[in-house]
Amino acid sequence: MSKTLFDKVWDSHIVQQVINGPDILFIDRHMVHEVTSPVAFLGLEKRGVSVLYPEKTFATADHNTPTINQHLPIKDPLSAKQLKTLENNSAKHGISYWGLGHKKNGIVHVVGPEYGITVPGATIVCGDSHTSTHGAFGAIAFGIGTSEVEMVLSTQCIMQIKPKKMRININGELGKGVTPKDVALFIISRLTTSGATGFFVEYAGNVFTSMSMEGRMTVCNLSIEMGARGGMIAPDKKTFHYIKNREFTPKGKSWDKAMDYWQTLYSENDSVFDKEYHFDAIEIEPMITYGTNPGMGIAITEGIPKADTIQGGASTYQKSLNYMGYNEGEKMIGKPVDFVFLGSCTNGRIEDFRAFAEIIKGRKKAPNVTAWLVPGSHKVLTSIKEEGILDVLKESGFELREPGCSACLAMNDDKVPAGKYAVSTSNRNFEGRQGPGSRTLLASPIVAAAAAVTGKVTDPRILF
Amino acid sequence: MAYEKFNILKSKGVPLQIENVDTDQIIPARFLKATKRVGFGDNLFRDWRYNQDNSPKKDFVLNNSLYSGKILIGGRNFGSGSSREHAAWAIYDYGFRCVVSSFFADIFRNNCLNIGVLPVQVSVDFLSKIFKEIDNDSNSELEVNLKEQKISIIKLRESESFDINPYKKNNMLNGYDDIDYLINIKEQIRIFADNTFL
Repeated sequence: MSKTLFDKVWDSHIVQQVINGPDILFIDRHMVHEVTSPVAFLGLEKRGVSVLYPEKTFATADHNTPTINQHLPIKDPLSAKQLKTLENNSAKHGISYWGLGHKKNGIVHVVGPEYGITVPGATIVCGDSHTSTHGAFGAIAFGIGTSEVEMVLSTQCIMQIKPKKMRININGELGKGVTPKDVALFIISRLTTSGATGFFVEYAGNVFTSMSMEGRMTVCNLSIEMGARGGMIAPDKKTFHYIKNREFTPKGKSWDKAMDYWQTLYSENDSVFDKEYHFDAIEIEPMITYGTNPGMGIAITEGIPKADTIQGGASTYQKSLNYMGYNEGEKMIGKPVDFVFLGSCTNGRIEDFRAFAEIIKGRKKAPNVTAWLVPGSHKVLTSIKEEGILDVLKESGFELREPGCSACLAMNDDKVPAGKYAVSTSNRNFEGRQGPGSRTLLASPIVAAAAAVTGKVTDPRILF
Repeated sequence: MAYEKFNILKSKGVPLQIENVDTDQIIPARFLKATKRVGFGDNLFRDWRYNQDNSPKKDFVLNNSLYSGKILIGGRNFGSGSSREHAAWAIYDYGFRCVVSSFFADIFRNNCLNIGVLPVQVSVDFLSKIFKEIDNDSNSELEVNLKEQKISIIKLRESESFDINPYKKNNMLNGYDDIDYLINIKEQIRIFADNTFL
């Protein structure tokens, strides 16, 4: 049978197939951060083994870092200890560590592509579910647990049962104000939060081929939010152009050899997927979520669905609306907003800041809104300054913070208070995700910008 | 990390009749700052279990003395979201050895299997039967037989078989772990690595 993009990459990484068991996959790149790695390193010590290929592992601090005054010692002793532990473990095992203050520091899924750690056709894992981001380059990239982090550190391999294959095709032209984030939230709203569980997704169609690499990363990043192990897009000229000459990408003859392989990475015409979806770009509008999982999204102009139109348990649905303080049938436009968060591995890249700035330019931050604008990395931060975006932000009354995961998961002090509403460009609207009792509305950077300047949920298209 | 072997588990069940229970609920991010795997059970379902002043929420199932046991029963799509293995650790540390649901998220399922918590996926009908039976009689016991891949509601004499990968099953029955397996084929891995070019 003809191979899909996914088959080609997966099959070429099989070291051994366990009889009646999983495949043993070789991992080309492993990224670690401070939260899901310490117990894995302890495991190595208990077993008395070292890291097999330290040059294939990269460490950064992101989940648990402050986003102001990064030059000062971290106040929270637990957070400080976790960072120190990663620093020590990295030093001990010879792993590159891009800690707080390091010029390459940033969110693991932002810095990976920035420095060319992410390349097409590679297998990439990290103890973080949004590792699917790297699939934008045609890599097989997925999140793993800490036992698996230990597995990769000690053996550079992972045992996995091959997932089923799904392809999501979207063709047509996206409307005004419809961003890659909206495309992803639209797909998840159609498939539900578990609709792709057990599958690895390929995104195909001109909507994805015409997206920038940043946009593709946003889409692949959110694959996990419909339960998929990962999502990927076939590499093309745009991909090769993006990665060329980055620090860790192959150079010279190695580049040529890699290109020979990369150019074979696409799904054959007659390859078969276990499940396939087709959508038309015209169906997609700017999206926003109203509930407590990323599948609970609607076009921003719509009303909150009635319970009887929803698949699944009515009590779970009602629990979710109660948590949000919403009622079925209500319109989202005009709902109050207390916080706006621009950032995360989903939407913390330079394009996201450009899009945000375009909307707020010449307008003022609404006085009722607290805005946290957090670049995904130092490189993004530098670009924001160099491109003059910082001046635009300041002019409109916004401040810029320092890089990190920040309020996406609120492990640091960037916590949305109980009961408050946050329009967030991040990836999860789970109960308490942005702080105990916080209420999250997931949206694109421009919907976030519209909320930031109007102080309520606003269709960004009226601001163009 | 080695864990207890799993063979037959006979226990009461704790019913959590909610769908899409994500790992942020199982263990919120602010409790992930530890550098050792200890004490996670104390914060299992922290924000559903405790008020902000740390007083227990009376209506949450873990605070209801009627329910106890080593089997947690959850609604559809259990364990979605974050890959944090801490969620599986918290479940294990609290004292559960098995989670039953009609559907599991992938990463959570893998994490459970890697640390010795058995995820048992049953049909929607059988899950409703379990919830109903525990609702009728909180002392009613379940039996999970890994070798036979069978889960039973003992009192009702009703059972259903469940799937598990044969390799993973063998691991759980014997307390084996993937890393030991991989370390034993290190030479094969090295040969493979020598031929990679990325």
